[in-house]
Amino acid sequence: MRETRPERDETDVKKGDRDVLRRFHEAKWDEPVIFELSTAGERGVLPPEVEKEIADEVGDGVSSLPESMRRKRPPALPELSQARVLRHYLRLSQETLGADLNVDVGQGTCTMKYSPKVNDQLAGMPEITELHPLQDEATVQGILEIMYNLDLFMREISGMDQFSLQPGGGSQAMANRACMIRAYHESRGDKNRDEMLTTIFSHPSDAAAAAVAGFKVITVPPGKNGYPDLEAFEKAISDRTAGLMITNPEDTGIFNPDIDRVTRMVHDAGGLCAYDQANANGMLGITRAREAGFDMCFFNLHKSFSTPHGCGGPASAALGVSRELARFLPVPIVSFDGRKYYLDYDRPDSIGKVRTWYGVPPVHLKAYSWIVALGDEGLKEVARIAVLNNNYVMKKVLEMPGASAPYGRGRYRLEQVRYSWERLRELTGVTTDDIQRRAFDFGVHYWTSHHPFVVPEPMTVEPTESYSKAELDEFLNILRHIVHEAQMEPEKVRNAPYNSVVRRIPSAPFDDPDRWAITWRAYLKKQRRERAPGGH
Amino acid sequence: MADREPFVHPYIPNSVPEVKRRMLDEIGAEDIEDLFEQIPERLRFKGKMGIPGPLRSECELKRHVESILLKNKTCRAYLSFLGAGCWQHYVPAVCDEINRRAEFLTAYGGEPYEDHGRFQALFEYESMMAELVDMDVVNVPTYDGAQAAATSIRMASRITGRKEALLPRTMSPERLAVIKNYCRPDIAIRLLDYDPATGELDLGDLRRKASGETAAVFFENPSYLGFVETRGDEISRVAHDSGALSVVYVDPISLGVLAPPPEYGADIVCGDIQPLGMHMNYGGGHGGFIATRDEVRFVKEYPSRLFGIATNAEGEWVFGDVAYERTSFAVREKGKEFVGTHAALWGITAGVYLALLGPRGIAELGRTIMQRTQYAMKRIAAIRGVKLQFAAPSFKEFVVNFDGTGRTVEQVNRSLFERKIFGGRDLSRDFPELGQSALYCVTEVHTKADIDALVSALNAAVQ
Repeated sequence: MRETRPERDETDVKKGDRDVLRRFHEAKWDEPVIFELSTAGERGVLPPEVEKEIADEVGDGVSSLPESMRRKRPPALPELSQARVLRHYLRLSQETLGADLNVDVGQGTCTMKYSPKVNDQLAGMPEITELHPLQDEATVQGILEIMYNLDLFMREISGMDQFSLQPGGGSQAMANRACMIRAYHESRGDKNRDEMLTTIFSHPSDAAAAAVAGFKVITVPPGKNGYPDLEAFEKAISDRTAGLMITNPEDTGIFNPDIDRVTRMVHDAGGLCAYDQANANGMLGITRAREAGFDMCFFNLHKSFSTPHGCGGPASAALGVSRELARFLPVPIVSFDGRKYYLDYDRPDSIGKVRTWYGVPPVHLKAYSWIVALGDEGLKEVARIAVLNNNYVMKKVLEMPGASAPYGRGRYRLEQVRYSWERLRELTGVTTDDIQRRAFDFGVHYWTSHHPFVVPEPMTVEPTESYSKAELDEFLNILRHIVHEAQMEPEKVRNAPYNSVVRRIPSAPFDDPDRWAITWRAYLKKQRRERAPGGH
Repeated sequence: MADREPFVHPYIPNSVPEVKRRMLDEIGAEDIEDLFEQIPERLRFKGKMGIPGPLRSECELKRHVESILLKNKTCRAYLSFLGAGCWQHYVPAVCDEINRRAEFLTAYGGEPYEDHGRFQALFEYESMMAELVDMDVVNVPTYDGAQAAATSIRMASRITGRKEALLPRTMSPERLAVIKNYCRPDIAIRLLDYDPATGELDLGDLRRKASGETAAVFFENPSYLGFVETRGDEISRVAHDSGALSVVYVDPISLGVLAPPPEYGADIVCGDIQPLGMHMNYGGGHGGFIATRDEVRFVKEYPSRLFGIATNAEGEWVFGDVAYERTSFAVREKGKEFVGTHAALWGITAGVYLALLGPRGIAELGRTIMQRTQYAMKRIAAIRGVKLQFAAPSFKEFVVNFDGTGRTVEQVNRSLFERKIFGGRDLSRDFPELGQSALYCVTEVHTKADIDALVSALNAAVQ
């Protein structure tokens, strides 16, 4: 095997600094790829064998297949004993920086709040894990009750009239909304509306999902406040406008105070307004989709409503609509007839299905539990403290040399801020990507921005309500330290990370078809080709 | 609230009044309300949300939620023969152990440095799936099998530059509904007839409909209705002859015993990973996979993340996003479809599952499932008035027809239910031409005693 001796960076933390800066090193197991661990003959789990009577009666089972349909060579899966599989994956888990382990405020837009453990325990009960989606409704009244009540909670939080919990994430909700907007215009025989408006600081999927549904995407440019002014919308809106898909506050943390005017303008032109509420954490109980004039909205339950992100799903979005649009929601809807809960498929105008079954019920359960743990006042306190934390962090970041928060200068922000290190780069040559890699040396995540980088050298921070002041100070100390380093020894920042799992990762192999390897077998093939005479 | 004890919730540390005050002072604000200055008064919500709670103590909370969940009856308390796309397979303990680890459970979108383990685990998942389906490229999971199918068809359309897909009439109605929704308005979906004796695709109809417009010929193997499509090579040949791609939807757990689709000409293989170590979760255990050859024209059309492996200057294994510029993350609406938060944790879990099973385990498991299924088919077919709908080999599901009993599936299932058995999925609404038919599913979890109990309950139900 390869030999690696990355240098440990020992100079960061001087004695006496320990209170403010952690002497961190992430676990580094130098763990081989699982195929390298394989030993022929080892076994992980054994499937049950059939009873002798069955074997006597039907033989080996596979002979019923025609020869051409039988697998000839077994798949080249690795062979490992059970404990080795466990250890391998535990090591990989230790080489992953879960939110539970760090002050996870650096993954802005992701709302990395605390996911209460009790909810994971509840979702692990057989009374949810061992339910089949086609069971008799009488045997699933509990989970249907939870899904139904979650719909009611979402109505309260948004002012919308009905929710579907079917989308398996925010992007799928965006695709849904695009389908419903299409269905709405079709139902009115309005065939000329093929343009969807969005903004550059709305999630990429607001644009991309609309394009998949067949719309031409019009991105309205931001004005000096970070959001498009009314004139910009005026210019973009026409009788071709099918709808608007927009985040507010956008990823800048700036709330567009004219949003109700914008929605009115779109309505006046005959379009629908869809609210991407991925950034809802600072607004729970404060302001709602209804008052802003939206026809639809969605929340990410894995963001504002605390369910764990699972390395990127399974997740869930709650998709809400006004009464007028409820008939277009995907089927089934969880309903209640006063006595029992049931799945309502009898919805002839429904857009049909966007996902198998009813969404991701364990996620619904966790969100439900989180909401009832907090109640009405608790949800508002979530928003208040998320906003307090964010403005506290902003105050402190902006005191650092080279930092700025473009747009809306001197104004408070809601739940997150997209900062810029442009000035720091001009002064030191250190980029936001360098700062990002250096942040990993101190055991925190750091996220820049979606593309394109409209804000130069971006950093997006979303503190949520979950972290104490002491923890926020720790994160700020890390940033402050890196900024200091950038000024004093920029090379050090540029060459980071030192104390993460691996050293610098080259980008070239991942964009070169001759070298990229998306699977182990592809890697081996390309290695062989490279070694062969006349190879690359 | 002001005159009462301050409400400091365990989830909200900075609710402590002194801390709040100190932070506000640092900010230079009088009150938290000031921080909401951007939101105009007219947009403020003044009412109460009417949300119950708070259940402040964890003890009360747990009791409350448990009391609701305990109204459910599980597939352990009842004997279940439901499948239809969500299957009861055994979930090894190590699968749960790994996917409940806080590190994996609570990570999200970190970089391949501090989340090296997440990238490696998903790369290994891709790699093991690749061995199973015999392809060189597999994506980080999408939402579910239906989404994987829909995206595979869209990929085929982009690759061929054509706008029509042919799909079997026997396919899962749920999956078909998702595909139709997702492929609109770019791709026309046309359905292919089937042979009423075997359920298999009607090759004549396929030949009639395949044309220079066809982007993809899509079929399921095993099919939604359980039978194995035994002429996959001919279907693929017809597809290729008309310049279309052959897209095959598989149940990955069948591939220890069934031939991997590239052997019969598949260009794109897709499916759902729920059977590979995920609990049914009332339909919440799904994740979709897409697999292709390692050709630029295929790779460039994936909307999903694709994690690749390389080495760095220090000789360490490193991971990263392959061809990131194709994604909507990189180029918004100019990217391929869209990508976001899908089902990564289930991908990691499916990797654990395949590592545990290994090459021998997956083959033995397939054999056990087929033996149990054939035993069940044989016994059920012996019941008076009951027959098997299709004379074709099955993997783990099969269609049982009750027309000869004078009973409806609904009546039969009600009778089974009284004996604490969930009978098969009633097909009479989705496939009226099959009469009173139900789709039964048998897996490795069903013992001989379970199957015998079903048979005796069915006997009683049709008396």
